[in-house]
Amino acid sequence: MNGVLVIGASVGGLTVVEALRRKGYGGHIRLVGDEPHLPYDRPPLSKEILTGRWPIERALLRDREQLDDLDVELDLGRRAEQLDLEARTVCLDDGRHLRYDSLVIATGLAPRPLPFQPAVAGIHTLRTVDDALALRRELPTARRVVGIGAGVLGCEIAAAARSLGRQVTLIDPLSVPMARQIGGELGARIAAMHQRRGVHLRMGAGVCGFNSVNGRIGAVELADGEVVPTDLAVIAVGSVPATDWLTSSGLTLSDGIACDAYCRAAPDVYAVGDVARWRHPVTGVSTRLENRTNATEQAITVAANILRADRPYTPTPYFWTDQYDTKIQVHGVIAPDSRIRLIEGDAAAGRFVALAESGDTVTAAIGWNHPRGVRTARRRLVMDP
Amino acid sequence: MEIIVDQDKCTAGGLCVMAAPEVFDQRDEDGIVVLLDANPPAGHHEAVREAVMICPAAAIRLKEDR
Ligand SMILES: Cc1cc2nc3c(=O)[nH]c(=O)nc-3n(C[C@H](O)[C@H](O)[C@H](O)COP(=O)(O)OP(=O)(O)OC[C@H]3O[C@@H](n4cnc5c(N)ncnc54)[C@H](O)[C@@H]3O)c2cc1C
Repeated sequence: MNGVLVIGASVGGLTVVEALRRKGYGGHIRLVGDEPHLPYDRPPLSKEILTGRWPIERALLRDREQLDDLDVELDLGRRAEQLDLEARTVCLDDGRHLRYDSLVIATGLAPRPLPFQPAVAGIHTLRTVDDALALRRELPTARRVVGIGAGVLGCEIAAAARSLGRQVTLIDPLSVPMARQIGGELGARIAAMHQRRGVHLRMGAGVCGFNSVNGRIGAVELADGEVVPTDLAVIAVGSVPATDWLTSSGLTLSDGIACDAYCRAAPDVYAVGDVARWRHPVTGVSTRLENRTNATEQAITVAANILRADRPYTPTPYFWTDQYDTKIQVHGVIAPDSRIRLIEGDAAAGRFVALAESGDTVTAAIGWNHPRGVRTARRRLVMDP
Repeated sequence: MEIIVDQDKCTAGGLCVMAAPEVFDQRDEDGIVVLLDANPPAGHHEAVREAVMICPAAAIRLKEDR
């Protein structure tokens, strides 16, 4: 019995371990992660950790005692370097070859760098707690901050920096912030919110270069020739699946690890969380989700499937974002051409529930400072089983 | 089983309410978790454990009798 080997010790990987134990699995479980820290949660990094409201211990997913109760062998600060499907082994950076009966890959994402990004001080990305601490150290003394990329993460970073009193410019080639996640109409609301708070928005603008002075960033150059002076730049232009270590494994990699409806990438090999692409059996669409709840729900399904439940993974996606004092929650998927229809609350007051509709189909329920309302509205989604 | 919730960590997703509506609720104004029953009967334990795992803020803790 070689047991279950889990690579990636964050929320996806850890939840597989918890779910296996909860279902009574008594075999050996090993959890390997390349970060030196106990498993922690990422959503607070761009929120409470960045503003300094929380010490980092508050972002830990479970404490020592809870981890001990799981009876899991934790290998932290160790990177998986290679997978041999034939021999059923994973090779670590310390030279060990670990055998498995079942393998779970939960290695998440790495920030996408800009190709012309120079190696100078003052340029940041945000994925890990170390990234968050590095950024938090510099924020108080940076007078001006530029956010490159106005997706959910870029917007949260802009909000945190603005809350700390920095001058903030947020730049994105699309016409409104968070356009990909919530579409044009609600994106315009996000834009208005940031402008009200004093963020300088440069939408429809591409960054084409950085100017540095004495080894430190001094300005960001835009494609239209404008030069935006800054003391700090945070790049949040998306992330790429952390599958570099799997290139020669024989697994199918195409923007994530390709899996079947059961999240299986190969016999007894599963993928979970941000790194996993699977065929959603209800929508029929090849899907990869990057949100917190997907990581846990997929992990629970994979744990069941390791124990031969043969359960297809059919989630209703859910994500939230906190910016300033606004909480936005989305159940389902907002298509670019969705109509947004208010069903409760008051849009002008900034507290409402809306539905996203394509034709006659409700594809998403959106809550804007209305958590209870949006949970109830979720029932109107066709996707929800 | 004893349940402890951390309202400061809670992100108001309401996923616990969907998992175990007899045990968890949300405040009207901001959706923060409200514990209806800190010592639920055995019939709810599975649903509560599910809620603990699914909580996207890791804001629910259990003390289980062993
Ligand atoms: C700053 C930030 C804020 C966020 N906020 C929200 C939010 O408000 N709402 C929301 O719904 N979602 C949010 N998310 C998304 C959410 O955190 C992710 O969806 C979730 O972390 C995915 O979990 P995961 O376990 O799949 O991957 P990850 O959390 O990325 O974990 C993967 C782990 O594997 C490790 N690893 C990678 N390669 C190897 C290797 N070869 N060997 C060993 N270990 C390896 C990584 O270092 C990492 O520790 C946020 C993400 C970030 C970064």
